[in-house]
Amino acid sequence: MLRIFHDTRFDFIRWWRVAAALTVAFILAGLASFAVQGGVNYSVEFTGGTLQQVEFRQPPRVDDVRATLDRAGIEGAEIQQFGSPTEFSIRARGGDEGAGAEAASRRIQRALQKRYGASEVRVVRTEAVGPRVGAELRRGAIVAILISSLITLVYLAIRFEWRFGLAAVLSSAHDVLVTLAFLKLMHLEVSLTVVAGILTLLGYSLNDTIIIFDRVREDLKQKRQEPLRATLNRAINETLPRSVLTHATVLAATVALLLFAGEVLRPFAWVMTFGIFVATFSSVYVAGPLLLLIERRFPRALPEPRAARAAALRTDAPVGAR
Amino acid sequence: MSNLKYRLLVIAALVAASLWALFPRTVVERVKRNGVFVTDTVQRVPLRRGLDLQGGMHLTLEIDQSKGAVVNPSEALDRAITVVRNRIDELGVAEPIVQKAGDDRVLVELPGVDDPERAQAVVQKAAFLEFQITDESNALERALPRLDAIAAQVQPGPVAPGATPAAGGTVSPRPGTLGGLLTPGAARPDTAARDSTGRDSTRGDSGRSVASTDSARRSDSAGRPRPTNGAFSKAVQPGSLPGQYFVTEPDYVRLQALLDRPDIQAAMPPGKVLRWGADTIADPTRGVIYRALYVLDGRPIMTGEYLTDARPESDPVEGNKVTFTLNREGGRRFQNETGRHIRDYMAVVLDQRVMTAAQIQSAIGTSGQITMGGGTLQRAQDLAIVLRAGALPVPLKVAETREVGASLGADSIRNGLLALGIAVALIVAVMLVYYRLSGAFAVGALLLYILLTLAMLAGFNATLTLPGLAGLVLSVGIAVDGNVLVFERIREELDRGKPVRTAVDEGFRHALNAIVDTSVTTALTAVVLYQYGTGPVRGFAVTLLVGIVASFFTVLFVTRTFFMAYLASPTRAQRPLSI
Repeated sequence: MLRIFHDTRFDFIRWWRVAAALTVAFILAGLASFAVQGGVNYSVEFTGGTLQQVEFRQPPRVDDVRATLDRAGIEGAEIQQFGSPTEFSIRARGGDEGAGAEAASRRIQRALQKRYGASEVRVVRTEAVGPRVGAELRRGAIVAILISSLITLVYLAIRFEWRFGLAAVLSSAHDVLVTLAFLKLMHLEVSLTVVAGILTLLGYSLNDTIIIFDRVREDLKQKRQEPLRATLNRAINETLPRSVLTHATVLAATVALLLFAGEVLRPFAWVMTFGIFVATFSSVYVAGPLLLLIERRFPRALPEPRAARAAALRTDAPVGAR
Repeated sequence: MSNLKYRLLVIAALVAASLWALFPRTVVERVKRNGVFVTDTVQRVPLRRGLDLQGGMHLTLEIDQSKGAVVNPSEALDRAITVVRNRIDELGVAEPIVQKAGDDRVLVELPGVDDPERAQAVVQKAAFLEFQITDESNALERALPRLDAIAAQVQPGPVAPGATPAAGGTVSPRPGTLGGLLTPGAARPDTAARDSTGRDSTRGDSGRSVASTDSARRSDSAGRPRPTNGAFSKAVQPGSLPGQYFVTEPDYVRLQALLDRPDIQAAMPPGKVLRWGADTIADPTRGVIYRALYVLDGRPIMTGEYLTDARPESDPVEGNKVTFTLNREGGRRFQNETGRHIRDYMAVVLDQRVMTAAQIQSAIGTSGQITMGGGTLQRAQDLAIVLRAGALPVPLKVAETREVGASLGADSIRNGLLALGIAVALIVAVMLVYYRLSGAFAVGALLLYILLTLAMLAGFNATLTLPGLAGLVLSVGIAVDGNVLVFERIREELDRGKPVRTAVDEGFRHALNAIVDTSVTTALTAVVLYQYGTGPVRGFAVTLLVGIVASFFTVLFVTRTFFMAYLASPTRAQRPLSI
């Protein structure tokens, strides 16, 4: 049979400091970008304003489009090519009033049709969101992530025990931070679909963590005389073939989305593609070491001598002692 | 073996049920044919596509509380929803959705709408119809000094340079204003035919009871002494009917802002209201655009609540108009009120805008009409629709709109299906190469998974959105995870030298915990997404949730059954397993 990474004995946990440094550096880079360029790049759904996807028959000059919009009194519109050279996305803030966004979108449409002719330009997609709705959505997205974390924590505390749950949820928090840094560095816009992507990524990363923890749980039941660190390393090694294969298949799906599913879904596909790497990384290098740290802080009462376990945790004991 | 037979039967039954659920069938729906909606039967796959896939318009409306708080928003909204639904039904949209969201919002989904602006206008129009008598007591003239004084405090220096006070004169001191028009007996601009103040516009049953013979009244208003140096008095020129005035378009914008001020409102003539005309009047010879301003009695003599029917009509003389019918009680009241006001002037006010104003010649009964000025027949049709459906009990404003063109939706479906096909092909290749025969079992389970997911979406009448389609593609990748978990466990058991049948059983047993835990946590996330998401994201959550259920079942039941069927033969069970 064809086998990859079969019966490996890598000491994954040994590299946790390097891994921690890497991920902290990445998050810091994201934070620095936040500090320099301002906060999260929210889409119009969250900020309020309008987004129009416009299709021209002939590729127009971007500065001409901009001038047309300026003349129509739409200030500071963001014009970007969207996929093909004849398609553009136009983002603009709405006025101060509630109906401002919606009125602005009509103004943009009229101005463009007047300038280029009604048959030359077609608005294929419009979104106009008032500021109040935007603020509520933003709150809703944060609440959604918090609540799903809380529910997961409770579930894992029941199915495993609280230490595992806490490690898994903290590692999810790490995933959110890293993904936000990624979005910022890639200049991707945080839309509702991207938030859905982040939540899916959380679920996926959690799956990975759970599968490793499930091995740890199983191995702990056999009550081997070995430090948790060794158990964790073995669990990661044992689940390695599964991880590689599953990540490969999911990667096939996300890359297919990235390449073929079109411009609208592209940010989502980016988040999910990145998410596969985050999930792999965090389930091994974040959730694992976190579990060890929590365990060291709050050791569990096990039949084996506690002092020996604690000592084993501190020293770099050999791993994979089967 | 009966267990195996029973399992195979369950799978066969599910496949049959899924195919049946997805089989194209004839459904009755409203379809667009040559520009009009007709109810028809069409053959299609019974999967509902979201607005982002089929094109259409999504509207979120909320109660507009900017002009006074609404006492019981939730209850008012319920009534508003009924009205909105009636209007949309008349607009003729295939499968519209009107839904309450929270206490103060309405979600409206209009698939296939190709004129979103019109649809929005019909949905959002308050359609509050009032009939009010115009003021004949020169109340505004008397209030003008008061209003001017307040306006002077608000914006110092409203007097334009060169505006000399011309007390007693009706000809405006500024060149190019309405002066000539306002002198007694002067002709109105030629454009007056399309004007909101059109003559002969409110007519009773007999069709001749109202006609605005306004010349008799004109002389009074023109002869009144008026101060002309204040913000108001300078802008406001008396019109041809009692209580009617004209304002130039730039002054209109300025006055509107002033009229919103509470101190100005307090200084208004008591018992009177000011209303703007619905349309502008152009004076092409001078290149000036005017808007009418009316001073009306505050109490309407009739409102649209008694209206039972409204029909658009096209008249060669009057242009497009809407004729309406009142119910019996409304007709009686209208008859009484108009009877008391014969020779007075009545304004037809829609959403606080004066549509028409004319003299009441005799008492009006149960029917009347509203002329549209220069409006198109479609505007008359739309007005008839909103009048028939009734007024909105609360003003609604647009909080959010999304419009997706049908062509973009079609592109999205094509791209999404392409991505799905490629993802499935890649995954099938990986599974077959890596797990060989067992991989083929997994592929069988995967295909069944896709079938089941789509069938469940159809069965729950769920809506497939673009993010939902993305979720489906993604879930195909994730769905094989269960199989991978099981297969790796089986390999481990085989490594320990266990016989094939035992290894398979143990593999499934050991993988169970991990599969349950991962499924449950993902399902919980999906539920949270559904709870807090809107529109397309909800579609994504539903797809995700359905996918988890389907994947859980296909891994633990279908793949298992394939193994059982394969290993039922003792000779195969003796040979090494192809995994």
